[in-house]
Amino acid sequence: MSRFDGSVAFVTGGLRGIGRAIAERLLAEGASVMIADLAAPGDVEADLAALGGAAPGGRAAYVSLDVGNEAAWPATVEAIRDRFGRLDILVANAGIGGTGPLASLTLADWHRTMHVNVDGVFLAVRHCAAMLGEAGRDRPGGSSIVTISSIMGLVALPQAGPYNASKGAVRLFTKSIALEFAASKTPIRANSVHPGFVETPLLIESSSQDEIDFYTGSTPLGRMAQPAEIAAAVAFLASDDASYMTGSELVVDGGYTAQ
Amino acid sequence: MKPFKIGREEDIMGRLEGKVALVTGGTSGIGEATVRRFVSEGARVIFTGSNREAADALCAATGATFHANRVEQPEGWPPLAELITRDFGRLDIAFANAGVEAGDGSVESIAIEGWDRIVAVNLTGVMLTCQAAVKLMRANPGGPTGSIIVNSSMSAYKPMGNFIAYSTTKGALIALTKSVAMHCANQGTKIRANSIHPGVVETDMIKNIIAKQDDPDAARAIYNGMAPLGRMGQVEEIAALVTFLATDEAAFISGSEYSIDGCSTAGMMGV
Repeated sequence: MSRFDGSVAFVTGGLRGIGRAIAERLLAEGASVMIADLAAPGDVEADLAALGGAAPGGRAAYVSLDVGNEAAWPATVEAIRDRFGRLDILVANAGIGGTGPLASLTLADWHRTMHVNVDGVFLAVRHCAAMLGEAGRDRPGGSSIVTISSIMGLVALPQAGPYNASKGAVRLFTKSIALEFAASKTPIRANSVHPGFVETPLLIESSSQDEIDFYTGSTPLGRMAQPAEIAAAVAFLASDDASYMTGSELVVDGGYTAQ
Repeated sequence: MKPFKIGREEDIMGRLEGKVALVTGGTSGIGEATVRRFVSEGARVIFTGSNREAADALCAATGATFHANRVEQPEGWPPLAELITRDFGRLDIAFANAGVEAGDGSVESIAIEGWDRIVAVNLTGVMLTCQAAVKLMRANPGGPTGSIIVNSSMSAYKPMGNFIAYSTTKGALIALTKSVAMHCANQGTKIRANSIHPGVVETDMIKNIIAKQDDPDAARAIYNGMAPLGRMGQVEEIAALVTFLATDEAAFISGSEYSIDGCSTAGMMGV
Protein backbone atom coordinates (compact mmCIF):
# COMPACT_ATOMS: atom_id res chain seq x y z
CA MET A 1 0.00 0.00 0.00
CA SER A 2 1.49 3.30 -0.97
CA ARG A 3 -1.25 5.88 -1.31
CA PHE A 4 0.66 8.22 0.99
CA ASP A 5 4.20 7.88 -0.35
CA GLY A 6 5.82 11.28 0.06
CA SER A 7 2.98 12.63 2.22
CA VAL A 8 3.47 13.95 5.73
CA ALA A 9 0.83 13.56 8.41
CA PHE A 10 0.49 15.01 11.89
CA VAL A 11 -1.58 13.01 14.37
CA THR A 12 -2.40 14.52 17.76
CA GLY A 13 -3.00 12.07 20.57
CA GLY A 14 -1.21 9.58 18.36
CA LEU A 15 0.49 7.43 20.94
CA ARG A 16 -2.45 5.30 22.09
CA GLY A 17 -5.82 4.01 21.01
CA ILE A 18 -7.46 5.43 17.91
CA GLY A 19 -4.64 7.90 17.30
CA ARG A 20 -2.06 5.14 17.42
CA ALA A 21 -4.05 3.08 14.92
CA ILE A 22 -4.28 6.12 12.62
CA ALA A 23 -0.53 6.70 12.82
CA GLU A 24 0.15 3.04 12.12
CA ARG A 25 -2.22 3.02 9.15
CA LEU A 26 -0.75 6.14 7.56
CA LEU A 27 2.77 4.84 8.10
CA ALA A 28 1.81 1.51 6.54
CA GLU A 29 0.62 3.35 3.43
CA GLY A 30 3.84 5.25 3.04
CA ALA A 31 3.32 8.51 4.92
CA SER A 32 5.78 10.13 7.24
CA VAL A 33 4.01 10.76 10.53
CA MET A 34 4.69 13.23 13.32
CA ILE A 35 2.93 12.05 16.45
CA ALA A 36 2.02 14.38 19.28
CA ASP A 37 1.03 13.27 22.73
CA LEU A 38 1.53 14.22 26.36
CA ALA A 39 4.37 11.82 27.17
CA ALA A 40 7.91 13.15 27.51
CA PRO A 41 10.11 12.37 24.49
CA GLY A 42 12.31 10.13 26.62
CA ASP A 43 9.36 7.89 27.44
CA VAL A 44 8.33 7.03 23.91
CA GLU A 45 11.50 5.46 22.50
CA ALA A 46 10.00 1.98 22.51
CA ASP A 47 6.88 3.26 20.76
CA LEU A 48 8.90 5.02 18.10
CA ALA A 49 11.02 1.95 17.55
CA ALA A 50 7.85 -0.14 17.13
CA LEU A 51 6.61 2.36 14.56
CA GLY A 52 9.88 2.28 12.65
CA GLY A 53 10.85 5.81 13.55
CA ALA A 54 13.97 5.07 15.54
CA ALA A 55 16.08 4.13 12.53
CA PRO A 56 17.95 6.92 10.74
CA GLY A 57 15.57 8.49 8.27
CA GLY A 58 12.64 6.74 9.92
CA ARG A 59 9.21 7.99 8.92
CA ALA A 60 7.80 8.23 12.46
CA ALA A 61 8.71 11.07 14.80
CA TYR A 62 7.39 12.40 18.06
CA VAL A 63 6.75 15.73 19.69
CA SER A 64 5.48 16.24 23.22
CA LEU A 65 2.46 18.56 23.18
CA ASP A 66 -0.49 19.70 25.22
CA VAL A 67 -2.77 20.52 22.28
CA GLY A 68 -4.69 23.17 24.23
CA ASN A 69 -1.54 25.15 25.10
CA GLU A 70 -1.19 27.78 22.40
CA ALA A 71 2.33 28.73 23.40
CA ALA A 72 3.56 25.27 22.40
CA TRP A 73 2.19 25.33 18.86
CA PRO A 74 4.70 27.47 16.92
CA ALA A 75 7.56 25.19 17.97
CA THR A 76 5.48 22.13 17.14
CA VAL A 77 4.80 23.33 13.62
CA GLU A 78 8.50 24.18 13.21
CA ALA A 79 9.39 20.68 14.39
CA ILE A 80 7.22 19.20 11.63
CA ARG A 81 8.80 21.50 9.05
CA ASP A 82 12.33 20.80 10.25
CA ARG A 83 11.88 17.05 10.26
CA PHE A 84 9.71 16.46 7.19
CA GLY A 85 9.57 19.74 5.27
CA ARG A 86 5.84 19.78 4.57
CA LEU A 87 2.41 18.84 5.95
CA ASP A 88 -0.31 17.15 3.88
CA ILE A 89 -2.59 15.58 6.46
CA LEU A 90 -3.67 16.81 9.88
CA VAL A 91 -5.56 14.40 12.12
CA ALA A 92 -6.88 16.33 15.13
CA ASN A 93 -7.52 13.31 17.28
CA ALA A 94 -6.43 14.20 20.81
CA GLY A 95 -9.38 14.12 23.15
CA ILE A 96 -10.39 13.41 26.73
CA GLY A 97 -13.64 12.54 28.47
CA GLY A 98 -15.96 14.86 30.32
CA THR A 99 -18.87 13.20 32.06
CA GLY A 100 -20.65 13.17 35.37
CA PRO A 101 -23.85 14.39 37.00
CA LEU A 102 -24.40 18.10 36.46
CA ALA A 103 -24.37 18.83 40.19
CA SER A 104 -20.91 17.32 40.55
CA LEU A 105 -19.34 19.11 37.59
CA THR A 106 -17.23 22.18 38.20
CA LEU A 107 -16.27 24.91 35.78
CA ALA A 108 -12.75 23.53 36.01
CA ASP A 109 -14.03 20.14 34.80
CA TRP A 110 -15.77 21.85 31.90
CA HIS A 111 -12.66 23.83 30.99
CA ARG A 112 -10.45 20.74 31.17
CA THR A 113 -12.56 19.01 28.51
CA MET A 114 -12.83 22.12 26.34
CA HIS A 115 -9.09 22.77 26.64
CA VAL A 116 -8.23 19.52 24.89
CA ASN A 117 -11.27 18.68 22.78
CA VAL A 118 -12.14 22.14 21.47
CA ASP A 119 -9.17 24.48 22.05
CA GLY A 120 -6.87 21.69 20.90
CA VAL A 121 -8.69 21.21 17.61
CA PHE A 122 -8.91 24.96 16.98
CA LEU A 123 -5.22 25.45 17.65
CA ALA A 124 -4.23 22.48 15.49
CA VAL A 125 -6.14 23.86 12.52
CA ARG A 126 -5.11 27.45 13.21
CA HIS A 127 -1.41 26.66 13.34
CA CYS A 128 -1.23 23.94 10.66
CA ALA A 129 -3.36 25.65 8.01
CA ALA A 130 -0.48 27.54 6.37
CA MET A 131 1.63 24.41 5.84
CA LEU A 132 -1.40 22.42 4.73
CA GLY A 133 -2.35 25.10 2.22
CA GLU A 134 1.15 25.05 0.73
CA ALA A 135 1.25 21.28 0.41
CA GLY A 136 -2.28 21.10 -0.96
CA ARG A 137 -1.26 22.85 -4.14
CA ASP A 138 0.71 19.75 -5.21
CA ARG A 139 -2.05 17.25 -4.47
CA PRO A 140 -4.96 16.36 -6.78
CA GLY A 141 -7.35 16.24 -3.86
CA GLY A 142 -5.74 19.01 -1.83
CA SER A 143 -4.50 18.60 1.73
CA SER A 144 -6.75 16.98 4.26
CA ILE A 145 -7.81 17.83 7.78
CA VAL A 146 -9.63 15.07 9.63
CA THR A 147 -11.07 15.90 13.02
CA ILE A 148 -12.12 13.13 15.36
CA SER A 149 -15.48 14.02 16.80
CA SER A 150 -17.76 11.25 18.11
CA ILE A 151 -21.28 9.94 17.92
CA MET A 152 -21.51 12.08 21.05
CA GLY A 153 -21.12 15.05 18.73
CA LEU A 154 -24.40 14.00 17.10
CA VAL A 155 -26.54 12.57 19.88
CA ALA A 156 -26.47 13.13 23.63
CA LEU A 157 -26.22 10.86 26.62
CA PRO A 158 -27.30 11.87 30.12
CA GLN A 159 -24.44 13.08 32.31
CA ALA A 160 -22.17 13.67 29.35
CA GLY A 161 -22.65 17.41 28.97
CA PRO A 162 -19.05 18.57 28.64
CA TYR A 163 -18.13 15.74 26.31
CA ASN A 164 -21.28 16.16 24.16
CA ALA A 165 -20.75 19.91 23.94
CA SER A 166 -17.09 19.56 23.01
CA LYS A 167 -17.68 16.97 20.28
CA GLY A 168 -20.61 18.91 18.86
CA ALA A 169 -18.29 21.91 18.66
CA VAL A 170 -15.74 19.87 16.70
CA ARG A 171 -18.42 18.87 14.18
CA LEU A 172 -19.49 22.40 13.30
CA PHE A 173 -16.03 23.94 13.57
CA THR A 174 -14.95 21.42 10.94
CA LYS A 175 -17.80 22.34 8.61
CA SER A 176 -17.09 26.05 9.04
CA ILE A 177 -13.41 25.74 8.14
CA ALA A 178 -14.31 23.46 5.22
CA LEU A 179 -16.56 26.22 3.87
CA GLU A 180 -13.92 28.87 4.51
CA PHE A 181 -11.20 26.92 2.69
CA ALA A 182 -13.53 26.16 -0.22
CA ALA A 183 -14.70 29.76 -0.53
CA SER A 184 -11.14 31.09 -0.45
CA LYS A 185 -9.84 28.46 -2.91
CA THR A 186 -7.45 27.20 -0.25
CA PRO A 187 -6.62 23.61 -1.24
CA ILE A 188 -7.50 22.01 2.07
CA ARG A 189 -10.43 19.69 2.64
CA ALA A 190 -11.86 19.26 6.15
CA ASN A 191 -14.13 16.48 7.38
CA SER A 192 -15.08 15.02 10.75
CA VAL A 193 -15.16 11.37 11.76
CA HIS A 194 -17.69 10.22 14.34
CA PRO A 195 -16.70 6.93 15.92
CA GLY A 196 -19.12 4.94 18.00
CA PHE A 197 -17.77 2.88 20.89
CA VAL A 198 -14.22 1.80 20.12
CA GLU A 199 -12.34 -0.98 21.83
CA THR A 200 -9.31 1.00 22.94
CA PRO A 201 -7.13 -0.19 25.80
CA LEU A 202 -7.98 2.97 27.75
CA LEU A 203 -11.74 2.47 27.42
CA ILE A 204 -11.57 -1.21 28.34
CA GLU A 205 -9.40 -0.53 31.38
CA SER A 206 -11.56 2.34 32.61
CA SER A 207 -14.94 0.67 32.10
CA SER A 208 -16.91 -1.70 34.27
CA GLN A 209 -18.30 -4.89 32.77
CA ASP A 210 -21.75 -3.27 32.87
CA GLU A 211 -20.44 -0.37 30.82
CA ILE A 212 -18.79 -2.66 28.28
CA ASP A 213 -22.05 -4.60 28.01
CA PHE A 214 -23.81 -1.29 27.35
CA TYR A 215 -21.33 -0.37 24.61
CA THR A 216 -21.80 -3.65 22.76
CA GLY A 217 -25.49 -4.11 23.54
CA SER A 218 -26.49 -0.63 22.41
CA THR A 219 -24.63 -0.96 19.11
CA PRO A 220 -26.83 -2.60 16.47
CA LEU A 221 -23.92 -4.54 14.98
CA GLY A 222 -23.44 -6.03 18.45
CA ARG A 223 -19.80 -5.20 18.98
CA MET A 224 -17.40 -2.32 19.51
CA ALA A 225 -15.22 -0.96 16.73
CA GLN A 226 -11.56 -1.84 16.46
CA PRO A 227 -9.28 1.23 16.37
CA ALA A 228 -8.10 0.13 12.92
CA GLU A 229 -11.64 0.54 11.59
CA ILE A 230 -11.63 4.21 12.56
CA ALA A 231 -8.16 4.55 11.07
CA ALA A 232 -9.46 3.13 7.77
CA ALA A 233 -12.07 5.89 7.53
CA VAL A 234 -9.41 8.50 8.33
CA ALA A 235 -7.11 7.06 5.67
CA PHE A 236 -9.93 7.23 3.13
CA LEU A 237 -10.59 10.90 3.93
CA ALA A 238 -6.88 11.68 3.80
CA SER A 239 -6.52 10.06 0.38
CA ASP A 240 -7.24 11.47 -3.06
CA ASP A 241 -10.17 9.04 -3.22
CA ALA A 242 -12.05 11.57 -1.06
CA SER A 243 -11.18 14.51 -3.31
CA TYR A 244 -14.77 15.77 -3.56
CA MET A 245 -15.51 15.30 0.13
CA THR A 246 -15.23 18.36 2.31
CA GLY A 247 -17.52 19.55 5.05
CA SER A 248 -18.82 15.99 5.44
CA GLU A 249 -19.17 13.88 8.54
CA LEU A 250 -18.28 10.20 8.44
CA VAL A 251 -20.16 8.25 11.07
CA VAL A 252 -18.47 4.94 11.93
CA ASP A 253 -20.69 3.61 14.67
CA GLY A 254 -22.08 0.16 13.91
CA GLY A 255 -25.52 1.68 13.44
CA TYR A 256 -25.68 3.38 16.86
CA THR A 257 -27.15 6.65 15.56
CA ALA A 258 -29.41 4.95 12.99
CA GLN A 259 -31.56 3.15 15.53
CA MET B 1 -7.08 22.24 -6.21
CA LYS B 2 -5.85 20.60 -9.38
CA PRO B 3 -8.42 18.76 -11.48
CA PHE B 4 -9.08 15.33 -10.09
CA LYS B 5 -7.48 12.49 -11.94
CA ILE B 6 -8.01 8.89 -11.07
CA GLY B 7 -6.17 5.78 -12.10
CA ARG B 8 -2.71 6.02 -10.61
CA GLU B 9 -1.64 2.40 -10.64
CA GLU B 10 -0.60 2.46 -7.00
CA ASP B 11 -4.05 3.63 -5.91
CA ILE B 12 -5.65 0.47 -7.18
CA MET B 13 -5.20 -2.11 -4.51
CA GLY B 14 -7.46 -5.00 -5.39
CA ARG B 15 -9.51 -4.40 -2.29
CA LEU B 16 -12.53 -6.20 -3.73
CA GLU B 17 -10.77 -9.41 -4.81
CA GLY B 18 -13.13 -12.37 -4.53
CA LYS B 19 -16.23 -10.23 -4.15
CA VAL B 20 -19.30 -10.19 -6.38
CA ALA B 21 -21.03 -6.85 -6.94
CA LEU B 22 -24.34 -5.75 -8.41
CA VAL B 23 -24.71 -2.21 -9.80
CA THR B 24 -28.13 -1.02 -10.92
CA GLY B 25 -28.25 1.68 -13.57
CA GLY B 26 -24.70 0.78 -14.55
CA THR B 27 -24.62 1.84 -18.17
CA SER B 28 -23.73 5.49 -17.63
CA GLY B 29 -22.67 8.15 -15.17
CA ILE B 30 -21.95 7.23 -11.55
CA GLY B 31 -23.11 3.66 -12.15
CA GLU B 32 -20.72 3.14 -15.05
CA ALA B 33 -17.81 4.68 -13.13
CA THR B 34 -18.58 2.36 -10.23
CA VAL B 35 -18.63 -0.70 -12.49
CA ARG B 36 -15.20 0.32 -13.78
CA ARG B 37 -13.80 0.97 -10.30
CA PHE B 38 -15.20 -2.26 -8.83
CA VAL B 39 -13.67 -4.26 -11.68
CA SER B 40 -10.33 -2.49 -11.26
CA GLU B 41 -10.39 -3.43 -7.56
CA GLY B 42 -10.84 -7.09 -8.42
CA ALA B 43 -14.60 -7.63 -8.07
CA ARG B 44 -16.75 -9.61 -10.45
CA VAL B 45 -19.53 -7.23 -11.46
CA ILE B 46 -23.08 -7.63 -12.77
CA PHE B 47 -24.79 -4.42 -13.81
CA THR B 48 -28.28 -3.57 -14.96
CA GLY B 49 -29.85 -0.92 -17.14
CA SER B 50 -31.71 -0.56 -20.39
CA ASN B 51 -29.18 0.94 -22.80
CA ARG B 52 -27.92 -2.17 -24.57
CA GLU B 53 -25.39 -0.39 -26.74
CA ALA B 54 -23.69 1.32 -23.81
CA ALA B 55 -23.85 -1.92 -21.84
CA ASP B 56 -22.10 -3.90 -24.57
CA ALA B 57 -19.29 -1.37 -24.73
CA LEU B 58 -18.84 -1.43 -20.95
CA CYS B 59 -18.83 -5.24 -20.90
CA ALA B 60 -16.20 -5.30 -23.63
CA ALA B 61 -14.07 -2.78 -21.78
CA THR B 62 -14.29 -4.33 -18.31
CA GLY B 63 -15.38 -7.95 -18.55
CA ALA B 64 -18.41 -7.15 -16.40
CA THR B 65 -21.75 -8.88 -17.01
CA PHE B 66 -24.86 -7.02 -18.17
CA HIS B 67 -28.41 -8.06 -17.40
CA ALA B 68 -31.23 -5.95 -18.81
CA ASN B 69 -33.54 -5.16 -15.91
CA ARG B 70 -35.84 -2.38 -14.81
CA VAL B 71 -35.45 -2.05 -11.06
CA GLU B 72 -39.07 -1.05 -10.45
CA GLN B 73 -40.53 -4.22 -11.97
CA PRO B 74 -40.85 -6.94 -9.28
CA GLU B 75 -41.03 -9.74 -11.83
CA GLY B 76 -37.58 -8.86 -13.14
CA TRP B 77 -35.79 -9.60 -9.88
CA PRO B 78 -36.12 -13.41 -9.48
CA PRO B 79 -34.44 -14.11 -12.84
CA LEU B 80 -31.61 -11.70 -11.98
CA ALA B 81 -31.16 -13.27 -8.56
CA GLU B 82 -31.06 -16.72 -10.15
CA LEU B 83 -28.43 -15.55 -12.61
CA ILE B 84 -26.27 -14.19 -9.79
CA THR B 85 -26.59 -17.39 -7.77
CA ARG B 86 -25.96 -19.64 -10.75
CA ASP B 87 -23.07 -17.80 -12.36
CA PHE B 88 -21.40 -16.14 -9.38
CA GLY B 89 -22.47 -18.16 -6.33
CA ARG B 90 -22.74 -15.18 -3.98
CA LEU B 91 -23.40 -11.45 -3.66
CA ASP B 92 -21.19 -9.20 -1.54
CA ILE B 93 -21.99 -5.72 -2.76
CA ALA B 94 -25.13 -4.05 -4.10
CA PHE B 95 -25.04 -0.47 -5.34
CA ALA B 96 -28.66 0.69 -5.68
CA ASN B 97 -27.91 3.46 -8.09
CA ALA B 98 -30.64 3.51 -10.72
CA GLY B 99 -32.68 6.70 -10.61
CA VAL B 100 -34.61 9.04 -12.87
CA GLU B 101 -35.84 12.61 -12.86
CA ALA B 102 -37.57 12.95 -16.23
CA GLY B 103 -41.18 14.01 -15.85
CA ASP B 104 -40.59 15.82 -12.58
CA GLY B 105 -41.95 19.26 -11.78
CA SER B 106 -43.05 21.51 -8.97
CA VAL B 107 -45.94 20.79 -6.63
CA GLU B 108 -48.07 22.84 -9.01
CA SER B 109 -46.86 21.49 -12.32
CA ILE B 110 -46.10 17.80 -11.87
CA ALA B 111 -48.38 15.29 -13.61
CA ILE B 112 -49.36 12.13 -11.77
CA GLU B 113 -47.68 10.01 -14.45
CA GLY B 114 -44.35 11.73 -13.79
CA TRP B 115 -44.74 11.39 -10.03
CA ASP B 116 -45.66 7.70 -10.25
CA ARG B 117 -42.76 6.91 -12.56
CA ILE B 118 -40.15 8.64 -10.40
CA VAL B 119 -41.49 7.11 -7.18
CA ALA B 120 -41.50 3.70 -8.88
CA VAL B 121 -37.87 3.85 -10.02
CA ASN B 122 -36.24 5.92 -7.29
CA LEU B 123 -38.05 4.48 -4.29
CA THR B 124 -39.78 1.19 -5.09
CA GLY B 125 -36.85 0.22 -7.32
CA VAL B 126 -34.36 0.77 -4.51
CA MET B 127 -36.53 -1.19 -2.07
CA LEU B 128 -36.70 -4.10 -4.52
CA THR B 129 -32.94 -3.88 -5.05
CA CYS B 130 -32.33 -4.04 -1.31
CA GLN B 131 -34.85 -6.87 -0.93
CA ALA B 132 -33.15 -8.95 -3.59
CA ALA B 133 -29.69 -8.09 -2.27
CA VAL B 134 -30.48 -9.03 1.34
CA LYS B 135 -31.98 -12.33 0.21
CA LEU B 136 -28.87 -13.17 -1.81
CA MET B 137 -26.46 -11.94 0.89
CA ARG B 138 -28.21 -14.03 3.53
CA ALA B 139 -27.44 -17.11 1.46
CA ASN B 140 -23.73 -16.33 1.06
CA PRO B 141 -21.41 -19.28 1.70
CA GLY B 142 -19.80 -18.63 5.08
CA GLY B 143 -22.74 -16.69 6.46
CA PRO B 144 -24.80 -13.59 5.80
CA THR B 145 -22.48 -10.72 4.89
CA GLY B 146 -22.55 -7.85 2.46
CA SER B 147 -22.57 -4.14 1.83
CA ILE B 148 -25.51 -2.28 0.32
CA ILE B 149 -24.89 1.28 -0.86
CA VAL B 150 -27.89 3.41 -1.79
CA ASN B 151 -27.34 6.36 -4.09
CA SER B 152 -29.47 9.15 -2.66
CA SER B 153 -28.58 12.79 -3.33
CA MET B 154 -27.92 16.06 -1.59
CA SER B 155 -31.49 16.79 -2.68
CA ALA B 156 -32.48 14.69 0.33
CA TYR B 157 -31.26 17.63 2.45
CA LYS B 158 -31.69 20.41 -0.05
CA PRO B 159 -34.93 19.72 -1.93
CA MET B 160 -35.44 21.48 -5.24
CA GLY B 161 -38.70 23.34 -5.80
CA ASN B 162 -38.98 22.24 -9.40
CA PHE B 163 -38.10 18.58 -8.69
CA ILE B 164 -40.62 17.53 -6.07
CA ALA B 165 -40.67 13.82 -6.88
CA TYR B 166 -36.90 13.48 -7.17
CA SER B 167 -36.28 15.38 -3.94
CA THR B 168 -38.96 13.47 -2.05
CA THR B 169 -37.77 10.05 -3.17
CA LYS B 170 -34.14 10.89 -2.36
CA GLY B 171 -35.18 12.01 1.11
CA ALA B 172 -37.14 8.82 1.62
CA LEU B 173 -34.03 6.78 0.77
CA ILE B 174 -32.41 7.93 4.03
CA ALA B 175 -35.11 6.22 6.07
CA LEU B 176 -35.26 3.24 3.72
CA THR B 177 -31.52 2.66 4.04
CA LYS B 178 -31.54 2.97 7.83
CA SER B 179 -34.48 0.56 8.01
CA VAL B 180 -32.57 -2.00 5.95
CA ALA B 181 -29.48 -1.46 8.11
CA MET B 182 -31.41 -1.88 11.35
CA HIS B 183 -33.21 -4.99 10.16
CA CYS B 184 -30.02 -6.67 9.02
CA ALA B 185 -28.24 -5.78 12.27
CA ASN B 186 -31.18 -6.85 14.44
CA GLN B 187 -31.21 -10.16 12.63
CA GLY B 188 -27.60 -10.69 13.63
CA THR B 189 -26.29 -10.57 10.09
CA LYS B 190 -23.17 -8.77 8.92
CA ILE B 191 -25.10 -7.14 6.10
CA ARG B 192 -24.57 -3.37 6.14
CA ALA B 193 -26.49 -0.59 4.40
CA ASN B 194 -25.51 3.05 3.94
CA SER B 195 -26.64 5.93 1.76
CA ILE B 196 -24.46 8.37 -0.15
CA HIS B 197 -25.51 11.90 -1.02
CA PRO B 198 -23.69 13.36 -4.01
CA GLY B 199 -23.90 17.02 -4.92
CA VAL B 200 -23.87 18.17 -8.53
CA VAL B 201 -21.90 15.59 -10.49
CA GLU B 202 -20.64 16.06 -14.04
CA THR B 203 -22.48 13.13 -15.58
CA ASP B 204 -23.11 12.68 -19.30
CA MET B 205 -26.59 14.06 -18.70
CA ILE B 206 -25.21 17.30 -17.23
CA LYS B 207 -22.53 17.49 -19.93
CA ASN B 208 -25.23 17.28 -22.60
CA ILE B 209 -27.31 19.97 -20.92
CA ILE B 210 -24.27 22.26 -20.80
CA ALA B 211 -23.31 21.52 -24.42
CA LYS B 212 -26.78 22.47 -25.64
CA GLN B 213 -26.74 25.95 -24.08
CA ASP B 214 -26.11 29.05 -26.18
CA ASP B 215 -23.09 29.79 -24.03
CA PRO B 216 -21.76 26.46 -22.75
CA ASP B 217 -18.87 28.06 -20.86
CA ALA B 218 -21.25 30.26 -18.92
CA ALA B 219 -23.50 27.28 -18.23
CA ARG B 220 -20.51 25.26 -16.99
CA ALA B 221 -19.50 28.11 -14.71
CA ILE B 222 -22.98 28.14 -13.19
CA TYR B 223 -22.86 24.40 -12.50
CA ASN B 224 -19.33 24.65 -11.12
CA GLY B 225 -20.41 27.47 -8.85
CA MET B 226 -23.18 25.45 -7.26
CA ALA B 227 -20.73 23.90 -4.79
CA PRO B 228 -18.55 25.96 -2.47
CA LEU B 229 -15.60 23.91 -3.73
CA GLY B 230 -16.12 25.64 -7.07
CA ARG B 231 -16.53 22.62 -9.29
CA MET B 232 -18.80 19.69 -10.01
CA GLY B 233 -17.99 16.27 -8.68
CA GLN B 234 -16.58 13.72 -11.11
CA VAL B 235 -18.24 10.34 -11.44
CA GLU B 236 -14.95 8.66 -10.49
CA GLU B 237 -14.97 10.51 -7.17
CA ILE B 238 -18.40 9.17 -6.29
CA ALA B 239 -17.30 5.68 -7.33
CA ALA B 240 -14.35 6.00 -4.94
CA LEU B 241 -16.67 6.57 -1.97
CA VAL B 242 -18.92 3.70 -3.03
CA THR B 243 -15.83 1.51 -3.21
CA PHE B 244 -14.70 2.46 0.29
CA LEU B 245 -18.13 1.55 1.70
CA ALA B 246 -18.04 -1.71 -0.24
CA THR B 247 -14.75 -2.87 1.26
CA ASP B 248 -14.34 -4.81 4.48
CA GLU B 249 -12.57 -1.74 5.85
CA ALA B 250 -16.03 -0.25 6.32
CA ALA B 251 -17.24 -3.24 8.35
CA PHE B 252 -18.33 -1.04 11.28
CA ILE B 253 -20.21 1.42 9.09
CA SER B 254 -23.94 0.81 8.78
CA GLY B 255 -27.02 3.01 8.81
CA SER B 256 -24.93 6.07 7.96
CA GLU B 257 -25.45 8.90 5.47
CA TYR B 258 -22.30 10.04 3.68
CA SER B 259 -22.39 13.38 1.92
CA ILE B 260 -20.04 13.91 -1.03
CA ASP B 261 -20.84 17.34 -2.32
CA GLY B 262 -17.87 19.71 -2.26
CA CYS B 263 -19.20 21.36 0.91
CA SER B 264 -22.67 22.02 -0.55
CA THR B 265 -24.65 20.97 2.52
CA ALA B 266 -22.13 21.84 5.26
CA GLY B 267 -23.54 25.32 5.62
CA MET B 268 -27.19 24.48 5.57
CA MET B 269 -29.58 25.04 8.39
CA GLY B 270 -30.49 21.84 10.14
CA VAL B 271 -28.02 19.57 8.41
